[in-house]
Amino acid sequence: MRDLHEITLTVNGREHTLAVEPRRLLVDVLREDLGLPGTHIGCEHGVCGTCTVLLDGASIRSCSTLAVQVDGRSVRTVESLASGPDLHPLQEEFWDKQGLQCGYCTPGMLMRAVEILEQEPDPTPEQVREEIASNLCRCTGYQYIVEAVLAAAPRLRGGQQWDPTAGTAATVPTEAKA
Amino acid sequence: MTIIERRDVPPARTHGPRRWVGQSIRRVEDPKFLRGRGGYIADLVRPGMLHAAVLRSPYPHARIVSIDTTAAEAMPGVYAVVTGAQAAELTDPLPDFGPDPAKHTWRCLAVDKVRYVGEGVVVVVADDRYLAEDALALIEVEYDPLPAVVDPVRALDAGAPLVHEALGANLAYDRTFDFGDVDADFAEADLVVRDRLRWHRSGGQPLETVGAIADFDPSTGQLTAHTNSLSFTSYLFMAAATLRIPANKLDIRQVPAGGSFGSKLFVTKPLVIAGMCSRIVGRPVVFLEDRVDNISNCDHHGSDRVYDVELAVMRDGTLRGLRIDTIDDYGAYIQFGVGHHGNALAQVTGPYTIGSVRYRVRAALTNKNQQGAYRGFGSEVNNWMLEQMVDKAARELRMDPVEIRRRNFIQPAQFPYFIPTGNAYDSGDYEAVLERALELGEYDRWRAEQARAREEGRYLGIGLITAQERSVFSATEFWFWFDEPGAPVTSMPESVTLNVDATGGITATLYSCAFWGNSPETMVAQLVAEEFDCEPHDVSIVYHGSQGGLPATGPGGSRTTVMLAGAVEGASAKIKAKARRAASELLEVDPDDLEWTEGGFQVRGVPDRRKSLGDIAIALHLFKHTFPEDIESGLEESKVFDHPWTTMPSADRSDLGVFYPFMGHACHVPVVEVDVATGEVRILAYAAVHDCGTLVNPRSLAGHIVGGTAQGIGTALYEEFVYDDHGQLVTSSFLDYTIPSAMEVPELRIDHVETPSPYTPHGIKGGGEGGRMMAPAALNVAVNDALAPLGVRVTELPMTPDRLRAAIRAAEGAPPG
Repeated sequence: MRDLHEITLTVNGREHTLAVEPRRLLVDVLREDLGLPGTHIGCEHGVCGTCTVLLDGASIRSCSTLAVQVDGRSVRTVESLASGPDLHPLQEEFWDKQGLQCGYCTPGMLMRAVEILEQEPDPTPEQVREEIASNLCRCTGYQYIVEAVLAAAPRLRGGQQWDPTAGTAATVPTEAKA
Repeated sequence: MTIIERRDVPPARTHGPRRWVGQSIRRVEDPKFLRGRGGYIADLVRPGMLHAAVLRSPYPHARIVSIDTTAAEAMPGVYAVVTGAQAAELTDPLPDFGPDPAKHTWRCLAVDKVRYVGEGVVVVVADDRYLAEDALALIEVEYDPLPAVVDPVRALDAGAPLVHEALGANLAYDRTFDFGDVDADFAEADLVVRDRLRWHRSGGQPLETVGAIADFDPSTGQLTAHTNSLSFTSYLFMAAATLRIPANKLDIRQVPAGGSFGSKLFVTKPLVIAGMCSRIVGRPVVFLEDRVDNISNCDHHGSDRVYDVELAVMRDGTLRGLRIDTIDDYGAYIQFGVGHHGNALAQVTGPYTIGSVRYRVRAALTNKNQQGAYRGFGSEVNNWMLEQMVDKAARELRMDPVEIRRRNFIQPAQFPYFIPTGNAYDSGDYEAVLERALELGEYDRWRAEQARAREEGRYLGIGLITAQERSVFSATEFWFWFDEPGAPVTSMPESVTLNVDATGGITATLYSCAFWGNSPETMVAQLVAEEFDCEPHDVSIVYHGSQGGLPATGPGGSRTTVMLAGAVEGASAKIKAKARRAASELLEVDPDDLEWTEGGFQVRGVPDRRKSLGDIAIALHLFKHTFPEDIESGLEESKVFDHPWTTMPSADRSDLGVFYPFMGHACHVPVVEVDVATGEVRILAYAAVHDCGTLVNPRSLAGHIVGGTAQGIGTALYEEFVYDDHGQLVTSSFLDYTIPSAMEVPELRIDHVETPSPYTPHGIKGGGEGGRMMAPAALNVAVNDALAPLGVRVTELPMTPDRLRAAIRAAEGAPPG
């Protein structure tokens, strides 16, 4: 018999109660148990940052975090960013500046960028470069990711209010609207 | 020397004005990825899907004495446990283009003995990955360790441990080719520059690993597989043969790949493992490599070469001839033969008028993961080798590195230019690229800065290189190594179907596994928009599975854009031909009186007498009986586009024919500072100017240049799959295999020169690999330029701090260590 533990966690504003093995990784809970495949698995060692999500607002590596460790806490994933048909300013700028190629590191990179701009709403290019060095990208060489984050910063400062819980609970699925 | 008549040059094309080709539109692929809805292989879940995990060898070389799977089989949640010996009963060897595959047989799991750390031994199928890995821990394998061979030079020594006893040696291939009059060029040379160079192995290491979901239907015998690999769609029959399934019962469905850089090119192992397991358990099975699988058992490590090179030069700097002797460490198997050296021979003499080449290649087998593909496929190594030699020649002649290159460039009037190996360069303007790079890279300012820094005891170096980026391969490069069996000239086709629906909406169907992070959908959308004057984002792109699909090859060798452009052009011409006839019926005019303009056909000079594509399409879809008998309903056409310019090699292989003719070019100018106390290399500035013909989407190409350069920085400074002297892989995670982060990659300055190819649609040449094909050479030259005052010349990549410190210590006369 598997040893199961009941945990309650809030993901993108919605509360879930689950029974999980103590060894079960947060990333597997998000992807497989909650049907949120946007968080990807890269190196499985906590090095590359592909699996980055925000836990109570701070970035963590969900590939090396146990689900039982987030009992009672709040997780934000890439699925929280777009609001219906509308992309988040960071997503729009990543698109516009081509801050992605294969798209695999993108969700982790976006969540890290959310955190960076929450901590420093008006960063310098050097700051952005240093801060995103937490996450590896094998395609882009980072240059256009830095440009995208810098381009999103004034839009996020400039009163474009963004509700971190939008795009989840009561909203119509993107595809239905678009 | 055999004289080959150059009678096969295709007619030159003219290229008209363009509306969409050349625009940096937002990529059509991106919204799903930005939302985290990419639909990668790990995101796909089939009903009843089980999970496979593979037990890897901990030994570099050992006999498998016994395998006890009893406990694993008894574990709840486990459906199947398959050893290598059992797998060999169920499947045939994996596809292998190499010399004499029967003497180095390659299978999905090891049989009898393991040949490298990480080689698969047993596969387990279970309800989920956690349980599958639990079961792996219950398997007991008794090994009888054997001595391992790690160094490719020692592997060729008599008495070295044999990787494959059936081969009787570790030398899988050895041949020397002479192109042009090598002996005369060396006899007449004023100076022969010599060096031994060492390129260690690195690899693509995309952030997503390789995987396949196989679903075998016993009632039909059909195997349906989703995979992020297998781009060689044309060769799927080989994978079918391995699985013992008729080729028309294997359907490969394309899945977006989270990066490849070559490492997802024709990866059959996960497909075969998943397919074999699905057939055993009668349910869908996914095998998705974990990171350790992908590093240690991926079949796609990059080149691993030792070079002894001689370059014959004249006092005035004229480069006359090359003698190249290379040993390439292929690891334990050799799936693509020495095709990597075909890539090298496509551009072996670079942008220079070097008149002769002797090329000896020896393929060594060792106890390592095998080589496969990594962005450049071996030509990037050749670029690095040649530029080190040219740089050394300039130093020995006390010539300016710019001047020696300028003096030897092939001139624009000389194209099409045939290099000594027989391959053609279609077009180029190397002087223009160099001039722009010197300006963009502020070459003169940095030379002055370098002189100032030296006075302060700082070591700055400027790494000017000028090198080639071949594009659009013909598969002759995989077989011209052998006299027998010969084969006719080999095309690698690519196909597109265009469908115009009743509303005039256009859907393009692609037939290969095209998306690896490149932009096939955007590019096809732009090309279709160019033809039909529509918005690129209004074009729908779908992928056809392999079953019943048209011939296709997929990405590789920077071919996708040129080949898909040809297919789009051909399919568009057919659509327009039918639409013209239909419009002529609707407008009651002669077809020749119509001209295509602004998305429709109109009577020449009469703008109000026209039919839009939508008008024509609805008529063709719904009102067929309006038209003559031979016009069928609907508006859909396909084009299979074959290689536009490839010719046969000569029988004696003194001329390899045309096999990689669309020749890009680039000049990279990095500036580095070396901390001689620590061996750390910092990149202070980096300029790159590329010419890959007509640009389709400049921003997309710029992304490839920056990203490829970042990978080249990794190759030059950080990344190496290190096997210790016993054959143990000591870099099995991203903690040890260090991929550059944003702090190691500088801000690049990029520009382009556009020399359209006379022989391709719109004048496009491939450009996807260029960054990595240039950066290792450029950084090595830069580091050597920095350390020249110390008398240090680095000849080994990656230039890690320990290697640089050792070289500096040696030059200082201190004992190494």
